[in-house]
Amino acid sequence: MDLISLSPFDLALACALVLLLAGLSWRLRLGVERRILIAAARSTVQLILLGLVLKVLFATRDPWLIGLLALIMLSVAGWEVLARQHRRFRGPWGYGIGALSMFLSSFSILVLALTVIIGVEPWYQPQYLIPLLGMLLGNTMTGIAIALDQLSRQAWEGRNRIEARLLLGARWDEAIGDIRREALRAGLIPIVNAMAAAGVVSLPGMMTGQILAGSPPMEAAKYQLLIMFLISAGTGLGSLAAVWIGSRRLFDDRERLRLDRLS
Amino acid sequence: MGELRLQGIQPLGLAPVDLTVGADERVFISGASGAGKSLLLRAVADLDPHPGEAYIGDTPRSILAAPDWHRRVALLPAEPGWWAETVGEHMPACEPLGRLDLLGQLGFDADVLRWQVSRLSTGERQRLALARLLTLRPEALLLDEATANLDPVNRDRAEALITDYQAGQDAAVLWVSHDPDQRRRLGSRSLIIDGGRLRPDEDT
Repeated sequence: MDLISLSPFDLALACALVLLLAGLSWRLRLGVERRILIAAARSTVQLILLGLVLKVLFATRDPWLIGLLALIMLSVAGWEVLARQHRRFRGPWGYGIGALSMFLSSFSILVLALTVIIGVEPWYQPQYLIPLLGMLLGNTMTGIAIALDQLSRQAWEGRNRIEARLLLGARWDEAIGDIRREALRAGLIPIVNAMAAAGVVSLPGMMTGQILAGSPPMEAAKYQLLIMFLISAGTGLGSLAAVWIGSRRLFDDRERLRLDRLS
Repeated sequence: MGELRLQGIQPLGLAPVDLTVGADERVFISGASGAGKSLLLRAVADLDPHPGEAYIGDTPRSILAAPDWHRRVALLPAEPGWWAETVGEHMPACEPLGRLDLLGQLGFDADVLRWQVSRLSTGERQRLALARLLTLRPEALLLDEATANLDPVNRDRAEALITDYQAGQDAAVLWVSHDPDQRRRLGSRSLIIDGGRLRPDEDT
């Protein structure tokens, strides 16, 4: 089975459905027609731009260009993590903890997957690297954001019980141990749920895409599995790193709880 | 066991404090609410960053690990924290016999260890927090309104326990108390925080 190329006319037909929806919203006074149209326009522009960028990128084999795009993706993901924090760490830590943990987990797992597991030649071939990195970052980002948010919230609310343990002679890591575990668990729940529901409740997007593009379903399933495993490992490692660095940052060298380091 | 000595301890908004509380000495601190009494105790316990040094006996705080300092110079906050479900989980594991003895002196029986923390009254929490703290056998006590929520019977029990402990262990006690009767009853040196300074209280 070959890939059937979509013509602009095909897309226009699908787009007409969205216009119909917007018209319906206007007629029924739902008041969301403006937002529907703007969101549709945004996704059109963004995805076409991405397509153009990837087209250029896939044509080159310049590792610096690929590295640059990877860095841009990482820094955007870092801002996204920061934006989802209710109480942020002050100063460069707010951005740094999330970005560093994502860098450590996503990039190490990415390199492992490309060199050892898939065996791409050369390993930085953008056709594999960029989509894999995108999937990894997108998911570790969610896990790390949830875990860090839980950590800082609970520490903020739990000052009394953390300090009670310190006052009874506990070390800092004992005093925040249960909060740390809670935060990690919260960060891991989305990916665990996604793994459990995959294929039964939801047909994962990547697998759908591969099947539409003409891959045999078994090959698509295997790739999807690979991605899921990589994502879980990445989310787990990333959340661990973020919670560890974050909880350490909540205490100073005299093991005092420093909530003034949160905003 | 030894004296507690503060050298230039300066919590936020207070002038530096130099103070020596001898072994087996009791010093009361009073002052309007918001004057900085609790902040001073928190600074001595090293919960907040601040300039200054404290000594227990001859040992400076800065060479002790934080957990060791907390065990030796123990702070009982006005609102002690609880992190687990039952009372027993909060009690340090050492010396079960000494623990029961302490609980008994405060009017509890052994059954209290199985009680749910969420069902304790404020006064019960305060007395249990005192027992929890004394189990660690600290060398100095920092008490923040240790008996503020207690009825007269339990207040007398707690006062007796603290004074007994102090005499038995030669402990230094720095006690923040609003209650002038308590300060007169237990009779000892009294200081007041006034205008950001710690000075002797002439009224008592």
